[in-house]
Amino acid sequence: MAVRVQQEPFDAAAETEALTRGRTDVGGVVTFTGLVRGDVDGRSLVSLTLEHYPGMTEAELGRIEAEARKRFDLIDCVLVHRVGELTPGEGIVLVVVLSRHRQAAFEAAEFLMDYLKTRAPFWKKETFVGGEGNWVDARDSDNRAEARWGGESITQK
Amino acid sequence: MPSDMMTSGDAPASRAAEQRVTVRYFAWVRERVGRSEEQVTVPPSVATVGEFARWLATRGPEYAEAFKRADVVRAALDQVHVKPSAPLAGAREVAFFPPVTGG
Repeated sequence: MAVRVQQEPFDAAAETEALTRGRTDVGGVVTFTGLVRGDVDGRSLVSLTLEHYPGMTEAELGRIEAEARKRFDLIDCVLVHRVGELTPGEGIVLVVVLSRHRQAAFEAAEFLMDYLKTRAPFWKKETFVGGEGNWVDARDSDNRAEARWGGESITQK
Repeated sequence: MPSDMMTSGDAPASRAAEQRVTVRYFAWVRERVGRSEEQVTVPPSVATVGEFARWLATRGPEYAEAFKRADVVRAALDQVHVKPSAPLAGAREVAFFPPVTGG
């Protein structure tokens, strides 16, 4: 069980291998990788810069992960989120979830992403061709995705 | 005498010790304020996070701009998300930022 915030790229296969090596109790692994899209409403993205709140980010990701462990029957999981300047095609976020049966892993991966997107203190700034910069607005669809998990606050929001 | 010239040793016993907090700003709130963090003495009239944000907005045009969309700016106390009604008492670190957009 781990959360990490880092500038360098991650390797989903290596993370999965590290979690499953030597185990025989794992029935399913679900991984989700979020990538930088190069096209935003028809405009070409040059880069995406991720700012975060050092200290709170790790604490909040830890609270989200602890809640997932309480709600779902998980064997292990890891959350990796990158910060700094990323270019289209690069990975931003990685979730790996291990469980005995697939349903818990699928549900926990979705839960972790939904809560991460609405609670973990990261902010994206897009840079387009021509140097124009733009802070990304929060999406209502992300808040609705979080709300479907029952609305019980795991942090005082 | 301005409160910031009074050290805690000078304060009468009946007067509550003044509260100094680290205020941190992120993303477009940070850009508009023009700094990422500062030490601030909380005025005695301020009890909640929402009141603190309204008071900060009066400190200059850059603060007024940062807190103009007061309903949009989010806050954390000691690195935990809070609502504007949260009491400030006891907090050491207050942060203001836009809705988060990670993932």
